[in-house]
Amino acid sequence: MSEVIIETEGLTKRYGNFTAVESLDLRLGEGEVFGFLGPNGSGKSTTILMLLGLTEPTEGWARISGFDPTRNPLAVKRMIGYLPENVGFYNDLTGRENLQYTARLNEMPREESDERIEDLMDQVELSAAKSQPVGQYSRGMRQRLGLADVLLKDPKLVILDDPTLGLDPAGVNWLLQLIQDMSKTEGITVFISSHRLHEVQRICNRVGIMSHGKMVLEGPVGELVDRQEEGYQLELEVNDVTPELLKALEGLPTVDRCVALGNTITVSSKEQVRPKALASVMEHGVELLQMQARDRSLEEIYLRYFQEG
Amino acid sequence: MGAIFWKEMADHFGRRRFIFLLALVLLAIIWALSVIFGTVQDAASSREEFLFLKVFSSSTDVLPSLLFFISFFGPLAGIILGFDSINSERTQGTLARVLSNPVHRDSVYNGKFLAGLATLAVIQVSTILGTVGATMASLGIVPDGEEIIRLVGFAIVSIAYLGLWLAVSMAASIFFRSTVVSAMVAIGLWLLSTFFLILVAGAIADFFVGDIVDQETAIEHFNIETWISRVSPSFLFSEAADTLLNPTVRSLGVFLQEQVPGLLSSPISAVQSLRLVWPHIVAMISAVVVFLAVSYTKFIREEIRS
Repeated sequence: MSEVIIETEGLTKRYGNFTAVESLDLRLGEGEVFGFLGPNGSGKSTTILMLLGLTEPTEGWARISGFDPTRNPLAVKRMIGYLPENVGFYNDLTGRENLQYTARLNEMPREESDERIEDLMDQVELSAAKSQPVGQYSRGMRQRLGLADVLLKDPKLVILDDPTLGLDPAGVNWLLQLIQDMSKTEGITVFISSHRLHEVQRICNRVGIMSHGKMVLEGPVGELVDRQEEGYQLELEVNDVTPELLKALEGLPTVDRCVALGNTITVSSKEQVRPKALASVMEHGVELLQMQARDRSLEEIYLRYFQEG
Repeated sequence: MGAIFWKEMADHFGRRRFIFLLALVLLAIIWALSVIFGTVQDAASSREEFLFLKVFSSSTDVLPSLLFFISFFGPLAGIILGFDSINSERTQGTLARVLSNPVHRDSVYNGKFLAGLATLAVIQVSTILGTVGATMASLGIVPDGEEIIRLVGFAIVSIAYLGLWLAVSMAASIFFRSTVVSAMVAIGLWLLSTFFLILVAGAIADFFVGDIVDQETAIEHFNIETWISRVSPSFLFSEAADTLLNPTVRSLGVFLQEQVPGLLSSPISAVQSLRLVWPHIVAMISAVVVFLAVSYTKFIREEIRS
């Protein structure tokens, strides 16, 4: 069995009365690409800070390759490459100098690190700008430099906090492709947090969706969609919503609930009830304007949590 | 920690504000020259001793002493090097990145403090050496052993004094997220302790002693005022520096008229002077330690968000 890289149990962080993360249980094996999704303020960044030992959990624990980030921060930080949200560099230093500083902090031998820095700058397509002060870099360039910075120490685990934020679509594709490649070729475990599902979905083996500090859904992308498609939704737009009609629809077999909003009735059911629903509408002498059956995609599930948040 | 120390050193020497510090050093040397030609030259012609020390401690008709200059501008140098050390990295987002590398938090802090202290030492030592050089060139004399010991002692005291303000401003940079606020707080503390406290000390002594009617009330008034003033680092520094640079100062307390006839009029040795100011040096270093400790406890368990 492959090694467990991230493991948390009951991980909780409270700020006064506010609970940012509530008893989170996570397990990530070696080489996995995990998408940690959720709206802003759902506790993603806080979780990451706890994994890195940059803040202490209120309850529960986290282990990175068996090490406790609070008690043994150096061992943990030697393994993790962390790209913070809004990554910061020293603006008056050049891109190369910034990376050299990181190499010094990791106590890498100078010749070896200098060579590696040149390679990485090539890899993230910054060779032309490596002698420019970072202050002149664009948002995308900084993000790429951030990626080089993360890879410099040859990490076992890479944690990326909203890496696609503020990038143009081409930049997003390029970045995700690079992340996918490095996870495949170097076997690096990737923990990628984002609030944009559709972007990161395609490179993740597994995703977890956070909402209000709790992980509400977790599993491989395909499986999550299947799991949700157990139910069906039917939207009926009618000229008049009568109480009798609602009652009749609710009474249909396998229907869980009916909700009327304006002239639209949404019927949720375990099985397909389209013909029966249509028959009921006719029976009650109501005119049907529009009918739509809905598949629930992961995106939709995700959106639902987002609207709550 | 080495990596952080050298990075910070390079920063201090590379930044525009270092030009300001350099300007202070130059200004100090020009100040010294004007003291040399205004006062010390006359002292030299009347064959007085300890001329090198006099360059630091004597004033002219227009200018106060160089010592005053250092006690006034020194804290500013310390504050300039420290007020944005932690909070600017926080706002820039580099702190989270640096701390996600295998370095201890206290190494970040220590590296920064030591780099600042080393920079202050460079500035202070160049001011002293520049002044000594200016004296040698203009008067054509060399310092003797006694003077060198005293100047080394003075260098140590003044570096401790500047280091204290570095520690104060770095503490402010940890406690306040905005660099403007932390600069204001550090400068505020400096103004408070340098001017306000010394003014208030007299008033408090008045309150406790009342009118000065005889010798006893005068001594009591002096003691209360001095002890309160000694809370102020600049007072502490001036007292210590005065003693070191002025071999005829033999006590920091009060002399009574009847004690004077028993005193030798010769200057005391450098070692004796150092003994007199030893408590001052210890007090300043302890104050540095206190500020560092307060900063550590705040910084070490803090959440670092980018």
